[in-house]
Amino acid sequence: MKTFTYERPTTVAAAAQALAAKPDSKFIAGGTNLLDLMKLEVETPAHLIDVNKLPLDAVEDTPDGGLRIGALVRNSDLAADPRVRKSYGVLGRALLAGASGQLRNKATTAGNLLQRTRCYYFYDVTQPCNKREPGSGCSAIGGFNRVLAVLGTSDHCITTHPSDMAVAMQVLDAKVETTAADGATRTIPLAEFYRLPEATPQLETNLKTGEIITAVTLPPPPPGVQIYRKVRDRASYAFALVSVAAIVDTADGQVRSARLAFGGLAPKPWRSASAEAALTNQKAGAPAFAGAGEALVQGAKGSGHNDFKIPLVQRTLSAVLTQATLNA
Amino acid sequence: MISMSKPVGDTPLDGRAGLVGQALDRIDGPLKVTGHATYAAEYRDIGPALTGYLVLSAIAKGRLDALDTAAAEAAPGVKLVMTHKNAPKQGPRGQTTNPQLNGPEIAYRGQPIALVVADSFEAARAAAYLIKPRYGAEAGAKFDLGSNRTEAFKPKSNNGQPPDTTTGDMDAVFARAPVRLDVEYTTPLQSHAMMEPHGTIARWDGDALTLWTANQMLMRGTDMVAGTLQMPKDKVRLISRYVGGGFGSKLQVEADAILAAMAAKLTGQTVKVVLTRPQVFPVTKHRTDTVQRLRLGAERDGTLLAIGHESWSGNTPDDQFYETAANATRTLYAAANRMTAHRLVALDVPHASSMRAPGEAVGLLALECAMDELAVALDMDPVALRIKNEPHVAPESGKPYSSRTFVPCLEKGAELFGWSKRVAKPGQVRDGQWLVGMGMAGATRGNPMLAAKASVTLDRDGVATVRSSMTDIGTGSYTILAQIAGDMLGLPIDKVRVELGDTTLPPAPGSGGSFGANSAGAAVYDACTVLRTSLLQAARFPSEGAEFADGVVKAGGQSAKLADLAAAAGPNGLVAQGAADPGDSRQAFSQESYGAYFVEVGVDVDTAEIRLRRMLGVFTAGRILNAKTARSQAIGGMTFGIGAALMEDLVMDKRDGWLANANLAEYHVAVHADVPAIEAVFLPELDAHSSPMKSKGVGELGICGAGASLANAVYNATGVRIRDYPLTLDKVLSGWAEANKTGQALPMQKAG
Repeated sequence: MKTFTYERPTTVAAAAQALAAKPDSKFIAGGTNLLDLMKLEVETPAHLIDVNKLPLDAVEDTPDGGLRIGALVRNSDLAADPRVRKSYGVLGRALLAGASGQLRNKATTAGNLLQRTRCYYFYDVTQPCNKREPGSGCSAIGGFNRVLAVLGTSDHCITTHPSDMAVAMQVLDAKVETTAADGATRTIPLAEFYRLPEATPQLETNLKTGEIITAVTLPPPPPGVQIYRKVRDRASYAFALVSVAAIVDTADGQVRSARLAFGGLAPKPWRSASAEAALTNQKAGAPAFAGAGEALVQGAKGSGHNDFKIPLVQRTLSAVLTQATLNA
Repeated sequence: MISMSKPVGDTPLDGRAGLVGQALDRIDGPLKVTGHATYAAEYRDIGPALTGYLVLSAIAKGRLDALDTAAAEAAPGVKLVMTHKNAPKQGPRGQTTNPQLNGPEIAYRGQPIALVVADSFEAARAAAYLIKPRYGAEAGAKFDLGSNRTEAFKPKSNNGQPPDTTTGDMDAVFARAPVRLDVEYTTPLQSHAMMEPHGTIARWDGDALTLWTANQMLMRGTDMVAGTLQMPKDKVRLISRYVGGGFGSKLQVEADAILAAMAAKLTGQTVKVVLTRPQVFPVTKHRTDTVQRLRLGAERDGTLLAIGHESWSGNTPDDQFYETAANATRTLYAAANRMTAHRLVALDVPHASSMRAPGEAVGLLALECAMDELAVALDMDPVALRIKNEPHVAPESGKPYSSRTFVPCLEKGAELFGWSKRVAKPGQVRDGQWLVGMGMAGATRGNPMLAAKASVTLDRDGVATVRSSMTDIGTGSYTILAQIAGDMLGLPIDKVRVELGDTTLPPAPGSGGSFGANSAGAAVYDACTVLRTSLLQAARFPSEGAEFADGVVKAGGQSAKLADLAAAAGPNGLVAQGAADPGDSRQAFSQESYGAYFVEVGVDVDTAEIRLRRMLGVFTAGRILNAKTARSQAIGGMTFGIGAALMEDLVMDKRDGWLANANLAEYHVAVHADVPAIEAVFLPELDAHSSPMKSKGVGELGICGAGASLANAVYNATGVRIRDYPLTLDKVLSGWAEANKTGQALPMQKAG
């Protein structure tokens, strides 16, 4: 870990200005990912801006009937919020499927969105990695890639985004609220928040320099059954091999609408419009579910060890859709 | 001195309801849960210490052409950067040495190449990242066991056990056996993953060295330190009072201890070195991967005619340790024609060595799965198949068993578990989303004992203090030794103290190979026997019919308090020295502990996720010294077995020898949620040839074969036979896809 300086602002404006003043800075909240990365010198910020004193730890109702989740709301607290439990089950279940109790107590909403990949090669500075050191190459392609991505990859990077929470937020059409150093605010749909690696895997989001996440907003609860299904190698404390977040609305045996997002498949929480389209206004049943799976994996590309994710996610999706339409 | 050259007769532990056998809480438990049990790196009352941080090689084979340490040396707080250029001279690498920074040559990726010593851990770590090595990598490094099998060689004997054995005519009889199985299994690299990482504090007082270190076998450790640092053994003291798990990873002195000792020498100050978790994986030992070929030939009634078990394992080129995977096959089942063989492949990998039940742990993953496959081929119950092949003497050596209670374990386990409810045909039982299967496997583990000493002091308060350089690695050594001494002397548990883990105490081999309780326990037993004689002499009582109970000795119609007898003997009370020796009992008898596992697993019909539903182990291991700690050992072993079956897999990148998942987030061991209803039962047994307590080792038995029972249950649940451990969901999916292609799939497993 490199020596760093440290400050703890108490207003959003001060935090954003601090970041703008010192570009080689990082925000730290729960620190559940950043501290590990600093110990390994994968991250080497010269300055840490501790945002834990900012007034961003509330979950509030929005006028339109949705929720506004402060950037500092801890994963445990968000999962326990009665409104989340009642109306956003997919989010509550995703949160509780992540990490361990201790980590969820520390991890924050914005920090969870911004956590780095768990690609093994990213974590060791003696291994080439385009995300960590642009242009050095990707060790995972041709290496041990069992846990890595099959969709949205590039020749430069095949990482997955490790979050469960973000997958559920993706399916809920969440938006990210930010404040810049000059006080300007903007709202970014989560669907436009993350970037794919392409030739610049070091760039993971569309946040601008000096911009701080202040909240995540959820629209009013959508109609339909909400399911989060995480498939993993052990029963707890393991990242998803694949995960499926689904909100499926049915009537008279027909799928009226389906929203589907996936974890463990891609460098970002993966929303599949084509899979959703394959279900819309279709009779709920195995043929439609298989069609959605086929649409989802169009263009999917395994790297060897992770080839199994392609059939696995189709099977998991079918299971989730079967469950979601049991009473259709 | 007690020697196990003849069977133990009636002893003070027989025929009474004493402390031994009770499910007593650990006597060191309150210290542990209140944080007062001091582990190696936690000693603070010994004065200030510098901290060392290791720098590891990023290539697997070659040499250091240059090592630029200037920036690190100039970094804040740095006191020393130690490399092969300035490290003190050490002995050459061998069985009893572990030299570090001994030259520019690099033999594996993750080999220590420097130690940065600074005022604080943070300063040392930051400086360590400033060291810039320039490597001269050598081409042709080899990492893959399977593809390098053609270069395997026959290793030297291990612990007196030859690598190869043959009995009868294996090949010919196998070839004409009515039912034949010829299959290969593979097991992956595994890591001990104990909770406490390796760590040492080193201090020199003149030419004498003290190491507070996490170590299982202190006397062996003393030899290794002295041999490595080329100094007299009597100038080396190791202290290891509490060890946060070992599982074999602390049988030897590792880099932390040698580097701390050398750095303390060079700096003239106390130095602490603790490995980080990622460093533990390559720097210390791991369990090798194996390839195992099993051949079983049988009559149609299940009588085994031929058993062949060949195993290949890997190690770094200068290390002859091999995984004795086929050793258990020599004693478990009868068959007139048999062979075992072990081959070693020199690979450019970190050192492989013992991990919990070396040999049996992975050997039985293969043998006990093969027995299940044979049962399927015979259309026979796998319990019945094992009972059918129960030997009366050890089948290769012809030696009698000291005691063998395998069949009762099988029968009792089947009864308690409800094995009769199993549906033998795979894929028939469904519970919601789960395909449900049952499986079983047998367990066996060798029962070693080593020479050991101990002393017991009785003070004027009537308190006995047991002393030995034995260790307690979380197993319960403190408690069982107190129980033995308490019963031998007729004292309640709160009148017995135990001091362990210091080489200034009477020498004992320590904890490893399940020999700890037999060895140190026998020495304590002997010391107590001597002390009983001293007490009777002090009281002038006849020895005939003497009884020790409640702090009082009674004989010949008289009685005396032990406290009074000790007080009369002088200010230091009475001291007795004890010694125990394995004698030739282990040459005369085949000595093993036994058991059987019964498990039920669920396999998700869609995702193929495998989850254990319940698990029972039924064991025999002679007299059980403490029902609670023995059970904990057994279920701990079984938990290891769950990991071995379903998830443990230390992945090496075969391109560069890099350990990809060297941390506990990604090297998966079973977590609480993976271990549901799990129970261990010990059946009564006494083994008069094993130890004066008539007990056998229990520390490793519970892992032996445990994983195979899960593999067999997965087959029963799914119809997919996986021979490549661990059984991850992708392998089940492949099996189903294959079955679909060949039209073998059961209806519920069809794709789509």
